[in-house]
Amino acid sequence: MARTQRVSEQYAGIDFGPLVASSGDEVVTHSYVRDVPLPSGRTLALITLDNGKDHTRPNTLGPVTLTELGGVLDGLRERAGRGEIDAIAVTGKRYILAAGADLSKIELLADRESALRIAQLGHAVYARLTETGVPSFAFINGLALGGGLEIALNCDYRTIDASAAAVALPEVFLGIIPGWGGATLLPNLIGIEHAIEVVISNPLKQNRTLRPQQVKDLGIADAIFPPVNYLEDSLRWADGVLGGTIKVERPNQPGTIERTVKWPIAIRVARKTLEERIGTVPRSPYAALELLAGAAKRSRAEGFAAEDEALADLISGDQFRASIYAFNLVQKRGKRPVGAPDKELAQKVGKVGIIGAGLMAQQFALLFVRRLQVPIVITDLDQARIDKAVGYIHDQLDQLHAKGRLSSDDLNKLKGLVTGTTDRAAFADCDWVIEAVFEETAVKQQVFAEIEAYVRPDAILATNTSSLSVDEIGARLEHPERLVGFHFFNPVAVMPLVEVVDAPKTSEAALATAVAVAAKLKKTAVITKDGTGFVVNRLLTRLFSDAMEAVERGTPFETVVEAQQPFGFPMDPFVLLDLVGLKVGQHVLDTHAAAFPDRYRASAALAELADAGALVDKDEQGRVKGISKLAREIVARHRIPGSEPYTAAELRRKIEDGLADEAHRILEEGIVAAPEDIDLAVITGAGWPFQMGGVTPYLDRVGASERVFGDTFHHPVIKGVG
Amino acid sequence: MAERTEVVFVDGARTPFGRAGEKGQYWSTRADDLVVKAMVGLLERHPELPPDRVEDVAIAATTQVGDQALTIGRSAAILAGLPKSVPGYAIDRMCSGAMTAVTNVAGNIAFGAIDVAIAGGVEHMGRHPLDGAFVDPNPRFVAEGLVSPDALNMGITAERLHDRFPQLTKERADAYAVASQRKTAEAYAAGKIQPDLIPVAIRSEAGWGLATQDEGMRPETTLEGVRDLRTPFRPHGRVTAATSSPLTDGATAAIIASADAARELGMPARMRLVSFAFAGVEPEVMGLGPVPSTEKALRKAGLTIQDIGLFELNEAFAVQVLSLLDHFGIADDDPRVNVWGGAIAVGHPLAASGVRLMMQLARQFEEHPEVRFGLTAMCVGLGQGGSVVWENPHYDGKRD
Repeated sequence: MARTQRVSEQYAGIDFGPLVASSGDEVVTHSYVRDVPLPSGRTLALITLDNGKDHTRPNTLGPVTLTELGGVLDGLRERAGRGEIDAIAVTGKRYILAAGADLSKIELLADRESALRIAQLGHAVYARLTETGVPSFAFINGLALGGGLEIALNCDYRTIDASAAAVALPEVFLGIIPGWGGATLLPNLIGIEHAIEVVISNPLKQNRTLRPQQVKDLGIADAIFPPVNYLEDSLRWADGVLGGTIKVERPNQPGTIERTVKWPIAIRVARKTLEERIGTVPRSPYAALELLAGAAKRSRAEGFAAEDEALADLISGDQFRASIYAFNLVQKRGKRPVGAPDKELAQKVGKVGIIGAGLMAQQFALLFVRRLQVPIVITDLDQARIDKAVGYIHDQLDQLHAKGRLSSDDLNKLKGLVTGTTDRAAFADCDWVIEAVFEETAVKQQVFAEIEAYVRPDAILATNTSSLSVDEIGARLEHPERLVGFHFFNPVAVMPLVEVVDAPKTSEAALATAVAVAAKLKKTAVITKDGTGFVVNRLLTRLFSDAMEAVERGTPFETVVEAQQPFGFPMDPFVLLDLVGLKVGQHVLDTHAAAFPDRYRASAALAELADAGALVDKDEQGRVKGISKLAREIVARHRIPGSEPYTAAELRRKIEDGLADEAHRILEEGIVAAPEDIDLAVITGAGWPFQMGGVTPYLDRVGASERVFGDTFHHPVIKGVG
Repeated sequence: MAERTEVVFVDGARTPFGRAGEKGQYWSTRADDLVVKAMVGLLERHPELPPDRVEDVAIAATTQVGDQALTIGRSAAILAGLPKSVPGYAIDRMCSGAMTAVTNVAGNIAFGAIDVAIAGGVEHMGRHPLDGAFVDPNPRFVAEGLVSPDALNMGITAERLHDRFPQLTKERADAYAVASQRKTAEAYAAGKIQPDLIPVAIRSEAGWGLATQDEGMRPETTLEGVRDLRTPFRPHGRVTAATSSPLTDGATAAIIASADAARELGMPARMRLVSFAFAGVEPEVMGLGPVPSTEKALRKAGLTIQDIGLFELNEAFAVQVLSLLDHFGIADDDPRVNVWGGAIAVGHPLAASGVRLMMQLARQFEEHPEVRFGLTAMCVGLGQGGSVVWENPHYDGKRD
């Protein structure tokens, strides 16, 4: 990585004018410069990045911003040449260095060349950080994501504020790669294994970020200082580095052995892990891995050029567009549910009742008590069952305390809030009652009818039904308007989605309260109308139905898995069936087959598999190894007479068309308002990937929408320009 | 009677002072942040002092609202990262707040209640001008003639001193003020002031910067230049901007300890507390306050004014310093007085200034082993004065 020539020179002839011109209304993050006298008498030119807005609108980096920074760096280079300054440094406005590239215009890029220009402009500017002729420092005073962190990586030295909110390279999460130096510089700074963790593993773990101490320990930052005097300490430290009194040591910086021996092994291991975990459909993790692999040998200039090409490919491709669409859904639509009534109508929830004491009820109680911090009363038929549930919840709270996530006082408080009794009179002052009993309409009708005798007339009742009609569940209620669907996804603590079901008789107060409760639980609410399976289960079950039909036609399980592989689902349908439970899966399929007999097929094979409890074989760690022998035998016994197996291509098309048909019907029936709600629901409820955009952008781009209903879900279609 | 516990001034530090107002360097910096930075900078200089050995934090502020409210000694202790077990409190005796903080913790140490404390003060006069709307003087002041209306405007009290002592002419005040600016400029040039300044990162519309020196100094000041300045407090008066301390933002902090604790922890003892006193005068001649307080402090110490080898007098107004010098028969340009200039040049962030006088006296003690005793004194609003007599541990007994 010798700096024989100025890296920025390789970008000298490129015309960035059109790119800058296209960014006319950019929220510009300005580069202010002030000279700072250091204790030794040296002068450091301190660049502050500041977009003039408060911390709720972080600094972002668009073409105008980058061009301004480039001009400032050119000026500092001249001043350094005249001997006026001894060092430069970059820091951010309060709490924020920069949150990364400005993605607001990214959907307007017309072609691959424009995408390439974005990559090149970043490099052309950042490269100048080490070309002023004096040492450069980055003072990571707060949030530093993506292109924000890459500013720091492009500097010679870095310090970090011990209170910085988050530091990460989240690009892979969004379907791109750290392409302003990150993929090249980071592994050469902290070693290949750590770089893989930061660039690939963390983004794929629900976009995990680094804490400041980790940033220091990994070797990304050379020094960490407490927030009280962060900038003063950083300036003094920089003075020490300049004067040679502070020696910067980088124990994680890779040496020759790491580059030649460890590096290729780490890449191989990472590739294998990726293939096992997420399959090969998502492009960005593999593109990132390629760049990290190449960084062992490439010069800075070569590395940056490779990043340019990779970034241009990805930005102009389908998956990034879908990812940005998905990201915006989760960030924006997910926070303001479409169709929610006025917030003012929501009733206060000061006590929660839970009917049922099973596993689901226990999970509800734990979530409600932690988030709402109000009394929770659990009821069931049998006191022993209730005691067991309360015991389980107390045990879970104890574990949180043991992990240091709950103080002693809070532990005592939360434990005291959770009680259980068979006496329904304890529900008299509940404001919100949710059931978690067996998934059968008659059972749910009965428990609600019973509890209605005790609760106040305005208490809200919520059902966690996954696919039954909420309206029917409320049929025996005196006040059915107070009933709302409130459908969680398993595991309750992890999956963000709650389908809030606005049944025909549901009042605005009940709906508003449900939306408010979901928000307090920190869940993403998608409001749906009443209808079998609502959104997520209706789509998943269509997939199950098609998959079971395929195997009953003699299609090998492996062909089914192969057929759905290009979607990039988090798991194949059989692994998913095993996860949700065969009995539950069969029950839900039966419910759908009864409601939509033309499109969903009850599976006798699945019924027998559920009875036998057989589908997949697992290893000691519980990982699925494959379909069990018994399952194959059971399915073979249910061969549909005279049927032919599908090829993978036929089945893939059938699955695509089935999903397009069902999604289209969901919209036609008005279950949800827009395809965006379908996508938000499958992303947050089923973990369908960003690169699919949930599901409708994918169905549009593979042609299923056109085939099935002669149109597309989105206008224009969400796809790449490459 | 048991032997009194000896109290020592371990060390003091301060932020550079800023000009109050929108153009001042601290306009976007909170007052509590200023005093926290002074405290942290001071504590960093004393790694030998374990933070949990600090037993109290007394911070003064005249205007205890907004970012100077919330029992600032306690909130500053928390913000400075001291253990939560360390208590703190707020002090107000207007201009002598930090001095009172020092004497108060010193009293606690002498009584044996504690061994080590932080005392200091802060005033962000840009954010909290003295005539803030929250002040609500009791109408009895005027109705019963308890306090002259003149007493509430410090500039007018300075004019009243000129009235009372006709020999304190405008010419003498001007000459004193010009000398103060010159002495401060010389001290800066010689690097005397800077060692006790804690740089402060400052935010502005044009990005982050670093405050490293006092902002209000006017080293170019000449007698000719100040002669015809307007007199804002009275038409054809005598007090001008040049002979007044400027409105200032800043904070100070000091470590005060028992001599035993300082010895045990290996902390320096830069001055030994001899005596202190506060006293009152008619509020409308507020600037005269240090005269009776100094007399009392000397009496308590069994000393006379002749025993004092170095003076650090707060220069709220030139005339007010001169009134003390005249009273004690000391020349206007006596070399023992305000060797490095004073508040007229560096500024007077009210409740913070007392500790600045002490840290400068401590530095001068090091340079003057021939001096045994020194005095820090200052006037206080509503007609008060405060004086503290210190002994020089470097005193070599060669004179005196």
